[in-house]
Amino acid sequence: MGKVFQKPEAMSSNHTHYCPGCTHGIIHRLIAEVIDELGIMGNTVGIAPVGCAVLAYNYFECDFQEAAHGRAPAMATGIKRVRPDLTVFTYQGDGDLASIGMGEIIHAANRGEKFTTIFVNNAVYGMTGGQMAPTTMPNQKTSTSPFGRDVESVGMPMKVAELLSALQTPAFITRQTVIKPKYITRTKKSIKKAFEYQLANKCFSLVEVVSTCPTNWGMTSLDAIKWTEETLLPYYELGDKKLPE
Amino acid sequence: MGKILMKGNEAIGEAAIRAGCLNYFAYPITPQSEVAEYLSKRLPEVDGVFLQAESEVAVAYMIFGASGAGERVFTTSSSPGISLMCEGLSYVACAECPAVYVNIIRGGPGLGGILPSQADYFQATKGGGHGDYRLIVMAPDTVQEAVEMVMRAFPLAEKYRNPVMILGDGLIGQMMEPVEFPDHLKTEPSNKNDWATTGMDTRKSKTKNIVKSLFLDPAELYKKNIILKEKYDIIKEEEVMYDTYNMDVDYKMLIVSYGTMSRVCSTAIDLMKADGFEVGMLRPQTLFPFPEKEIFAAAQKESVKMLASIEMSMGQMVEDVERSVKGTRPVEWYGKAGGEVPTPEEVIEAVTSMYNKECA
Repeated sequence: MGKVFQKPEAMSSNHTHYCPGCTHGIIHRLIAEVIDELGIMGNTVGIAPVGCAVLAYNYFECDFQEAAHGRAPAMATGIKRVRPDLTVFTYQGDGDLASIGMGEIIHAANRGEKFTTIFVNNAVYGMTGGQMAPTTMPNQKTSTSPFGRDVESVGMPMKVAELLSALQTPAFITRQTVIKPKYITRTKKSIKKAFEYQLANKCFSLVEVVSTCPTNWGMTSLDAIKWTEETLLPYYELGDKKLPE
Repeated sequence: MGKILMKGNEAIGEAAIRAGCLNYFAYPITPQSEVAEYLSKRLPEVDGVFLQAESEVAVAYMIFGASGAGERVFTTSSSPGISLMCEGLSYVACAECPAVYVNIIRGGPGLGGILPSQADYFQATKGGGHGDYRLIVMAPDTVQEAVEMVMRAFPLAEKYRNPVMILGDGLIGQMMEPVEFPDHLKTEPSNKNDWATTGMDTRKSKTKNIVKSLFLDPAELYKKNIILKEKYDIIKEEEVMYDTYNMDVDYKMLIVSYGTMSRVCSTAIDLMKADGFEVGMLRPQTLFPFPEKEIFAAAQKESVKMLASIEMSMGQMVEDVERSVKGTRPVEWYGKAGGEVPTPEEVIEAVTSMYNKECA
């Protein structure tokens, strides 16, 4: 019998630094599997964000650049414009993309830059220790919203996939999650589709992945999955938000 | 090709193309928007990349990305725009990416004004962004020299894998002067496959290249800083450029001045010479590295009683002149800021009165 399961070639053998119950590892693996399946490892440049995934370059076996906080889409634009033959993806969290980097992502999407963004939304700042993010839910307690997110004061959580879908420039924008195997399969399909749109030089593509952060949510891994299902998914509805015409 | 009459900003754009740089990202800002306007027409003719970014912040990272991918790239801006790029400059310097930045300085601080100034001297030579890093900084005094410095900037940036800044002012950008373009520089960035994210297939390698500026281990970050310092020390030894004016006589006073301001000073020096007052001038062409040794040597001449740093700012370069002279001669400052360019008469008055006060 042959091998039925192995580490993707595009993934390194390094142990990740992610917390128990965190879904970054799953998402990394899905990207690596897609890179393998498309045979693009030697032609891909990833961009690490500032946030929990800042060390992402340690976990992939392709070229990598590391951006400043929020600036990954501008960096990807620079690479893709001067080397359109390379496949470029950014890997960004919600503090990085939806707060400090909102300007960069909107304009990159609106220009229809031919790169792919994997946007990991776990409703909190992870690396800095669980502060409130633009995606934090109403009444969700964080280290900077100790009484719960007060929407009267700081507004409602931002729905990035819907926001970007409102742009008139064609794009592939979808929201998925990885909290259960059935969702993982769908997320992988979406990531593959996103890379395929890029390879066809078709459009900007973004996969938002609703994710967990048991450490900063103060929950067990199982409770985090339950909370995601009961609280995040009704607000952050899954599915394709925009397809290129 | 003979001389043609060209506006400084347009000549800067053309010079980059002739230096083999076909990638330009920028955001409009007075008084240098003509560079972007010129290149928006010119770069498509040579299959180059022109992109108007959403902000100077984004420009800084488009430059970082493109440079990190091993391609020759540049941008132009003016003071407030460069302030926004300083975050990115710090990252680019740490990741040791070669890129060229042109600052056509306008009056500051704040939104300031749109007229010529040299008030970004500190920002360019002492940092601007965070951390211990240096830019190679060149300051042209004519449109012709701006062209030559832009063309020199790319190989210099690649030689040291360091960002290079051309520090012009609104006059250099806006005035028209005859220029002659040197031959095209047809070199390719040479060692980019050693470090840049050119793609493993492109360089037929199985090892990934990582362009980064994060070093969480303090020992590693210290090592990075040592590497950078050693590089800056070599640059200080190897890359000083300066020019002199009226220094072959027994000058009593030495002016240190650069860019547009030095042209006014040379006229003032001619007028003072006619009145029997000999003043020499040393014009730094590189502001980092600063011609410290050369200024020290020029100040040691027996006839020299004092030095004056003359700038279109409220006294910035004067600190470097003082540092260079090491207390051996008095150093004074004269300048104007905010877009006012001192006239030769004002320079003469200032120079004469400081000489009389200090040396009479």
